[in-house]
Amino acid sequence: MAMRRAALLATSSVTGLVLLLSLKPHHTTPSAPAGTGSGAATSSPTPGSGTGHSSGASGGAGATGTFTGAVEQTPYGPVQIAVTLSHGELTKVRALQTPSGASRSRAISGYAVPTLTREALGAQSAHIQAVSGASYTSEGYTQSLQSALDKAGA
Amino acid sequence: MPDTPEGYDVPETATSAEGLRGLRHVEHAMGTVFSFDIRDAPTRAVRHALDRAVAWLHQVDEVFSTYRPGSQISRLSRGEITLADCDRDVAEVLWLCENAERLTDGWFSRAPGGRLDPTGLVKGWAIERASVILERAGARNTCVNGGGDVQLRGECAPGVPWRVGIACPARPGQLCALVTGRDLAVATSGTAERGAHILDPHTGRPADSGLLSITLVGRHLTDIDVCATAAFAMGPRARAWVESLPGVEAFAVTSDSHTWWTRGFPGVAGSSSSSVTWPV
Repeated sequence: MAMRRAALLATSSVTGLVLLLSLKPHHTTPSAPAGTGSGAATSSPTPGSGTGHSSGASGGAGATGTFTGAVEQTPYGPVQIAVTLSHGELTKVRALQTPSGASRSRAISGYAVPTLTREALGAQSAHIQAVSGASYTSEGYTQSLQSALDKAGA
Repeated sequence: MPDTPEGYDVPETATSAEGLRGLRHVEHAMGTVFSFDIRDAPTRAVRHALDRAVAWLHQVDEVFSTYRPGSQISRLSRGEITLADCDRDVAEVLWLCENAERLTDGWFSRAPGGRLDPTGLVKGWAIERASVILERAGARNTCVNGGGDVQLRGECAPGVPWRVGIACPARPGQLCALVTGRDLAVATSGTAERGAHILDPHTGRPADSGLLSITLVGRHLTDIDVCATAAFAMGPRARAWVESLPGVEAFAVTSDSHTWWTRGFPGVAGSSSSSVTWPV
């Protein structure tokens, strides 16, 4: 089953999930905390960079126009998106460049299928490195297995 | 760690090599706790990357927190600023939210209570990005766990895949399953820790899903986290939906204390059929 799905994935056109997985405009590095935008290498302004507005827009009213993002290198290949704003409202997002099918399937074929073991276990006997569960709060963390693992590994 | 037989000396290289010790860090941010477990040699570059990953989480909180009236997302939501005034990350997140709404047929929403609130996507996205920051610095075997949502990279030791325990929603401190693999994202949605906080975007009321928790497993936490949230809200429909997603598997614990999981999990211990229910 897993094989068939993987094969389907590698040959079919882009499905919703693959779109989400592969078109993610990962920045090669996050913006520095100081807000120096990274990699804005195109001539058009980058959405949110605050460096400029397209024609007809003024600062206070909210930008109108299409803003082309820099080409981002993702693990799957280059991605570039364009965002259309109408008075600051996001109206459209379009992918101008997406990774080729070949690089996408290469990325996918490298994925080892995870296994599930259904056991009732205490954390001590399971030799685990992490715990996944419904989101804990800061307070909930101290009671969590993850907290015990962190202490044990410290 | 297996017991060491008495009188057996553990080779010096196995314990003293800095590289085997890796690097760990716990950080409180975004109302929860992030655990970093780096299994690569803690070089200067890796230590520096860990600092940047931690700074990144706080930066995300500043920009995206709906609890901070002065955050960009709060100001954007009140119409005080426009998207063009925000960090470029805001546009990226909103775009990802739009994709996620499409992917989940609206079961994930960027405005679950009617107001702009991309929180449901931001944490997984921030964790995955933190993992990428470490990787770019040469840390290829890492585990970043943010409040129970986990992005794994590489393996936990040479030739040894990571093992993630899935918390039992009905029995605190217990695990009800293990997920083993390399380069995994694991996210769990449920009511155990925070009560009924997941809204059905179609009704605006807490989702009555018949599930105590659902764990999704895939490659990228950004996607897996929103899919887990959507799957929890879907309830009984979640199973068929996850089966239709390539490269994504699910394990669920139902309100009547049974479990089910999708067919793509190979080698499920104790059963050859995924339809066998198992009390938890």
